Amino acid sequence: MKAPDMIIADRPPDVKEIHVVWMTTGLSCDGDSVSITAASLPSIEDVVMGAIPGLPKVHLHNPVLAYECGDDFMQHWFDAAAGKLEPFVLVLEGSLPNENIKSEGYWAAMGTDPDTGQPITTNEWIDRLAPKATAIIAAGTCATYGGIHAMEGNPTGAMGLADYLGWGWRSKAGLPIVNVPGCPVQPDNMMETLLYLLYQVAGLAPIIPLDDQLRPQWLFGKTVHEGCDRGGYYEQGDFAHEYGSPKCLVKIGCWGPVVNCNVTKRGWMDGVGGCPNVGGICIGCTMPGFPDKFMPFMDEPPGGTLSSGIIGTYGRMIRALRGITNRTVNKEPKWRHSGHQLTTGYEPKYYGRN
Amino acid sequence: MPADLETAPAAMKSVESGDLVEMSWDPVTRIVGSLGIYTKIDFAAKKVVECFSTSSIFRGYSIFMQNKDPRDSHFITSRICGICGDNHATCSVYAQQMAYGIKPPPLAEWIVNLGEAAEYMFDHNIFQDNLVGVDFCEMMVKETNPSVWEKAQKAEAPHAKDHGYRTIADIMHALNPFEGEFYRETLQVSRYTREMFCLMEGRHVHPSTLYPGGVGTVPSIQVFTDYLVRLTRYAEFMKRCLPLHDDLFDFFYEAMPGYEEVGNRRVLLGCWGSFQDPNVCDYNYKTMDDWGHGMFVTPGIVVDGKLVTNNLVDINVNMRILLGSSYYEDWADSGETFVKTDPLGNPIDKRHPWNQTTIPKPQKRNFADNYSWVMSPRWLDKRTGDHLALDTGGGPLARLWATALSGLVDIGYVKAPGDGSVSIRLPKTATKPDTTFTWNIPKWANTIERDRARTYFQAYACACAYYFIEKAMAEVHAGRTQTFTPFKVPDEAIGCGFHEAVRGVLSHHLVIRGGRIANYHPYPPTPWNANPRDVYGTPGPYEDAVQGCPIFEENGPDNFKGIDIMRTVRSFDPCLPCGVHMYLGGGKLLKQQHTPTALMGLAK
Repeated sequence: MKAPDMIIADRPPDVKEIHVVWMTTGLSCDGDSVSITAASLPSIEDVVMGAIPGLPKVHLHNPVLAYECGDDFMQHWFDAAAGKLEPFVLVLEGSLPNENIKSEGYWAAMGTDPDTGQPITTNEWIDRLAPKATAIIAAGTCATYGGIHAMEGNPTGAMGLADYLGWGWRSKAGLPIVNVPGCPVQPDNMMETLLYLLYQVAGLAPIIPLDDQLRPQWLFGKTVHEGCDRGGYYEQGDFAHEYGSPKCLVKIGCWGPVVNCNVTKRGWMDGVGGCPNVGGICIGCTMPGFPDKFMPFMDEPPGGTLSSGIIGTYGRMIRALRGITNRTVNKEPKWRHSGHQLTTGYEPKYYGRN
Repeated sequence: MPADLETAPAAMKSVESGDLVEMSWDPVTRIVGSLGIYTKIDFAAKKVVECFSTSSIFRGYSIFMQNKDPRDSHFITSRICGICGDNHATCSVYAQQMAYGIKPPPLAEWIVNLGEAAEYMFDHNIFQDNLVGVDFCEMMVKETNPSVWEKAQKAEAPHAKDHGYRTIADIMHALNPFEGEFYRETLQVSRYTREMFCLMEGRHVHPSTLYPGGVGTVPSIQVFTDYLVRLTRYAEFMKRCLPLHDDLFDFFYEAMPGYEEVGNRRVLLGCWGSFQDPNVCDYNYKTMDDWGHGMFVTPGIVVDGKLVTNNLVDINVNMRILLGSSYYEDWADSGETFVKTDPLGNPIDKRHPWNQTTIPKPQKRNFADNYSWVMSPRWLDKRTGDHLALDTGGGPLARLWATALSGLVDIGYVKAPGDGSVSIRLPKTATKPDTTFTWNIPKWANTIERDRARTYFQAYACACAYYFIEKAMAEVHAGRTQTFTPFKVPDEAIGCGFHEAVRGVLSHHLVIRGGRIANYHPYPPTPWNANPRDVYGTPGPYEDAVQGCPIFEENGPDNFKGIDIMRTVRSFDPCLPCGVHMYLGGGKLLKQQHTPTALMGLAK
């Protein structure tokens, strides 16, 4: 057998070095940064220490792990905004608040503006950095679609990155936003997506395949239910009526049949843990409609009775019904926007605008 | 430029000599969340003169939870924190169980305890050796204190035979980020401990299998085997890790005489207790003192080294949420009184979490007025009328201190005989013998002792887990495999949950009306630790611990890292999806200050 022209281990990447500028100052819990420290496929050390052939050298700037502190750390942000940190991938963790709905102050900020002494808002950083980034990853459901902090009645007008930048946004390299939802993001899903983009930048992979919601197709193309090892109970119409049962959980709150997520296949860490596969109802935490369209979480999803009642006889019809529900929960609620009015239902008294 | 910049800041005028330099660190890295620390430092006297702690994020949980189904509250509140979200979920479940009037089956309680023990083992481990540990690594020490690095190379590690590192410098080298072998090993340890967590609670960090009434975890033989085997590996690891940290921390006292003053604070510690005993805990408020005493980490408030109370009812009724420097409108006159008295008839104050109304008022940051999204929780000491700014000692220091003074825990693997000590026994493992470690109440509540207590508590959680898994397996072997108690949400009810998040006290207060959430206020550890000056002018614990802190760093203002300040703030294990920012201002002399900087508001 003939050897290829050049094996990857001998091939210099198209880009020698790359920076990953990781912001945790959306409205977040930092759970996605914590999550990547749990990843093993690949681990953060694998990527940062160059264990995988063909990749550029990666400089990670993440506040949870950084050696530097304060100004030394912020310098990377100022450099990136000035076009002096080339090329870089921007990662956003957390939803973006609506800073337009009040007269002063901030909901989310990082670093201090040397000219005013006031905090620099996260949104302003996005405005500065997005045009310079080669690619942007929204990590976790808050950053992708708004998530928990964008719930009905929220006081900050929180939204996802694509709601803020626009769903048709493209980076200077022509890439759309890459959404990796999950609350928090499944550790290996996030690191694998980053790895794919690094391959792409290195010239070793074609453009990342994304679906309509900008999710990597190979990770979010199937439903929780399609990967669930309790599916056999469903098929037999054998349902759990109480938590703690090993049977199918759809009658006690599991939304698995209409939720795009691979956790039941992949487990949570190296195959350990997960959601319905280990007794936890699927609350739709990867979805654009999360959390509102899934609450109250512990009630049977609407339509659950119908589809679980006619199981076995009308497979095609179930798929059609599920398709409708899947489309509904793949849409965000309408109050996630960057307009000047807060429309979440919360009535502010002290935002300086009334 | 604002006109008032020509005037020297008021706080500076009180200092007679020496140039005060404004230094800030914003954001403070290697913590969870968004924290800024702003200081004024007297480099001539080698001392921090003033400190302000600020948080730059507001999300509004207590607002958007209103009118939601109470059964959603543990799913929602888990999302408060990305490293100890499960502590929130657990605490919420405790509060819900009180409100619904139920208790889970014993096996479910042991499973939750095993999950929470794994969380402590994981979270303290990653913080200690991958986050705060970097402050003690070769790279950092060489950069901030070259003379200490010189000493470290000559200092033999007293426990070298236990951990395998001959000198202190070898330990520091092993802690270098990514390059260091102990750093990489602890990252790996943080993974299998999280797998242990996932075995019990489904997913880290927002659990999937936790519900009011119990757990959805299937109590198979395998789930416990998978946990137990990993637990023994962790015990083996701790037999190296604990002596390693003792050597490292003891060295800092020896190498820098006076280092005990770094981060030293009056002993004002709070612990809300952890790990319920299903044999005594029924989640009834009226018996809360009894089951609080049954917890496997004893609750308690310690003032000046003395135990003031270990009764959860006392702890509860005297909580007060103050404003003073936070971006909120006061609710004392306008807000609703949801709870007039607790179920025992004790009056509940308007500033108690049950009666809090959160009214955000976004505004410019002004260090002379309001400068943080964090409110100022205090505990009212009825003996003196003082609103005490309790801290958590990063969690472990308060837990061990309260447990040691109470002398109530005795479970074979852990014993608090009431003589000021806690003994922790880790049974034989593959290559290490049965080992007992003893923690003694230290002389100071300072930076080093907060860090040291963390390592000891890792061992404590490990030892408790041995006990819990024996109890859990006994249930399974006896065929008592029920893990869930059904319930109905009442129309009207109140509940409270008390727990220890990894970095300290955690409470959730819930009011249900019409079957919906009428009021919900979580109080995690970081608001207790990271809060700004309250209405009485009392600084929050970070501010207090940093103010007056001596500077041992050998760098001057031009290349100052603020390592002693950073070690101090990090010793509290900040977790500020509710917390502090420190910003290194590059050595600006205040008296020459002509450009607006962050502390300029002080001039007003």
